[in-house]
Amino acid sequence: MTDKDRPILETRSLGKRFSIGTRFSAEGKRTVHAVDNVSLTVWRGETVGLVGESGCGKSTLARCLVRLYDISDGELLFEGEDITSKSLSELRPLRRRLQMVFQDPSASLNPRRRVGDLVAEPLRIHSKLSSSEIKKRVAELFDLVGLLPDHVMRYPHEFSGGQRQRVGIARAIALNPDLVVLDEPVSALDVSVQAQIVNLLADLQEKLHLTYIFIAHDLSVVRQVSTRIAVMYLGSIVEEGPAEEVFAAPAHPYSQALISAVPVVETTPSGTRKRIILTGDVPSPLSPPSGCRIHPRCPIAAERCRSERPQLREYRPGRKVACHFPTV
Amino acid sequence: MILSVRDLRVSFRTNDGLVRAIDGVSFDLEESEILGVVGESGSGKTVSLLAVMGLITDPNADIEGSIRYKGRELVGLPARELRRLRGNEIAMIFQDPMTALTPVYTIGWQIAEQIRAHRNISKSKAMDRVEELLAEVNFPNPHEAMSRYPHQLSGGMRQRAVIAMALSCNPALLVADEPTTALDVTVQAGILDLVRKLRATHKSAVVFITHDMGVVSELADRVMVMYAGRVVERGSRAELFSDPRHPYTRALLGSIPPLTGEKPRRLPAIPGSPPSLLRLPQGCAFGPRCPVHYEPCATGKPDLEGDTHAAACFRVAQA
Ligand SMILES: Nc1ncnc2c1ncn2[C@@H]1O[C@H](COP(=O)(O)OP(=O)(O)OP(=O)(O)O)[C@@H](O)[C@H]1O
Ligand SMILES: Nc1ncnc2c1ncn2[C@@H]1O[C@H](COP(=O)(O)OP(=O)(O)OP(=O)(O)O)[C@@H](O)[C@H]1O
Ligand code: SF4
Ligand code: SF4
Ligand SMILES: [Mg+2]
Ligand SMILES: [Mg+2]
Repeated sequence: MTDKDRPILETRSLGKRFSIGTRFSAEGKRTVHAVDNVSLTVWRGETVGLVGESGCGKSTLARCLVRLYDISDGELLFEGEDITSKSLSELRPLRRRLQMVFQDPSASLNPRRRVGDLVAEPLRIHSKLSSSEIKKRVAELFDLVGLLPDHVMRYPHEFSGGQRQRVGIARAIALNPDLVVLDEPVSALDVSVQAQIVNLLADLQEKLHLTYIFIAHDLSVVRQVSTRIAVMYLGSIVEEGPAEEVFAAPAHPYSQALISAVPVVETTPSGTRKRIILTGDVPSPLSPPSGCRIHPRCPIAAERCRSERPQLREYRPGRKVACHFPTV
Repeated sequence: MILSVRDLRVSFRTNDGLVRAIDGVSFDLEESEILGVVGESGSGKTVSLLAVMGLITDPNADIEGSIRYKGRELVGLPARELRRLRGNEIAMIFQDPMTALTPVYTIGWQIAEQIRAHRNISKSKAMDRVEELLAEVNFPNPHEAMSRYPHQLSGGMRQRAVIAMALSCNPALLVADEPTTALDVTVQAGILDLVRKLRATHKSAVVFITHDMGVVSELADRVMVMYAGRVVERGSRAELFSDPRHPYTRALLGSIPPLTGEKPRRLPAIPGSPPSLLRLPQGCAFGPRCPVHYEPCATGKPDLEGDTHAAACFRVAQA
């Protein structure tokens, strides 16, 4: 079997539940089903873009994929090996190969350490490089992500938001991992630095055959970096397919609304794009609606949608949708 | 005039020398006006507005210049006075939501405390108001959400909790630092509506820092572009987007990835890096990366020239 036809990562009906409240609070103990029945296959060398409303479960799924969270339901496979319930020590050899860039950079950077140290840390733990080689590699990484040599000695609080975000990226790529989960990695960057990072990720992917899972709200960035995208709603995937195809012709009513609502700089007279704004309340994973979870907000919901939950199914090679009435 | 900033300079003393983060920034803000601030990462957007809020806590910082709020000088005002203004008349939404939240209390408690610190109302009244606010920022289950700790919320929910906190006192001046980066387009559209509503009902002035040009073009009346601690261009939204003048602004607008049409293999990024703030170049700070730089650029620093639409560039001044 070659790399091409073996998935690097696979989830089978993966779920993650949190319990909130206590026995003593007014509502008692309750369960948040943050990720619900996600089956996703990720192939080596591709970039899967993960998009969806705030709170739909992207970060939770991301943390499950690199096993920073314990998995509540289903299975997680890395290169065909079941790692669903591997212990921390069993996961250690995988850590180098599976990296994550966190949505909130300041929470993941120790404020008392210089950023040069923070980037060197994974190299010291997992590589056999000498300290002068590490120093050289850190300088190289800083240059790659567009940080200056005199930034090495600074502390995280002495950085701007976008500079901290790039420290997180430098740390994640330091060890040439196989798979990197990037949770909003460019959200704090101006468009030019963002372009620089996006190009860097593409170069590394080409050179090292990296695989990315890329989470972002900025859909034009997602389209640029992703080979495939998966659209999530309330913990589940509702549409999946090649990025350009899904952007050009989304099949699911929710994807259609999401893509149509992107604000763009109007250089041509406006009125050419039609926006679909979803009305109704954002549902809570504490009490999900019956049937299709989008039905209270879906512009084309029918009777059937209220009772029967649509399954994610492949309607054409490579394109999947979970809707009774998709636009296909 | 609600806010008037003149020749603001902020520098930080570090082990490696003096970091000149803000190098002479001036701007005005009228009542009911929304000013969009864009610019290179690290160009001083956050620091300049933290200075306005009196929130630079680094003991190694030096602040010079003048910041007048409704005619009153804020530079040198005692911390106690500043605290009274903040949260009452002036509110800030931080780039990093955890700056404004503590991990050990529920968000309901934290927002209610914020309200009670500035208004004399009962705890239960404050809690009702919190629930209202959380609903306004699109929390799926506002009542239940009040009892959650920050770590039990998604990134975008934390950001919205901070927005709710900032809006709780209907501030006359709202400073929002990348408030919608963690929000999807639909929720973002809702937040932009709230900002417009605040302006319409309370004549509030808003400074909105963002790198999302789509958001700027939807929300801002005027736009200010920053590079290496200075304002390099300012103008009305229309002036800036239809007639960008400064080479940096032009390059920035050229880097936006397209949403339709063919995907470019690589995105056009501005080559090179911004200058080190420890060693700013003699001349124009954008010079080393500027595609049209010529002799004068290496010797002097261009001033912001023009009336409503102004750019700091020798080429533009000459044209
Ligand atoms: N406490 C500090 N000590 C030293 N340098 C600092 C300190 N705080 C900020 N800086 C530097 O000042 C410059 C301006 O930072 P600022 O946070 O204002 O940037 P920004 O424009 O908000 O960028 P971003 O878009 O990435 O958030 C940066 O280069 C930063 O590294
Ligand atoms: N530790 C936790 N305890 C309880 N609930 C949680 C916890 N972490 C996340 N949640 C809930 O799970 C849901 C999914 O959260 P998640 O952070 O995965 O969303 P997200 O898609 O990353 O959103 P965003 O775009 O805002 O970052 C949310 O409803 C959130 O409140
Ligand atoms: S199944 Fe029905 S409610 Fe759900 S997205 Fe499709 S049409 Fe809308
Ligand atoms: S002053 Fe010179 S270097 Fe600076 S932006 Fe203008 S042309 Fe370019
Ligand atoms: Mg998230
Ligand atoms: Mg900033």
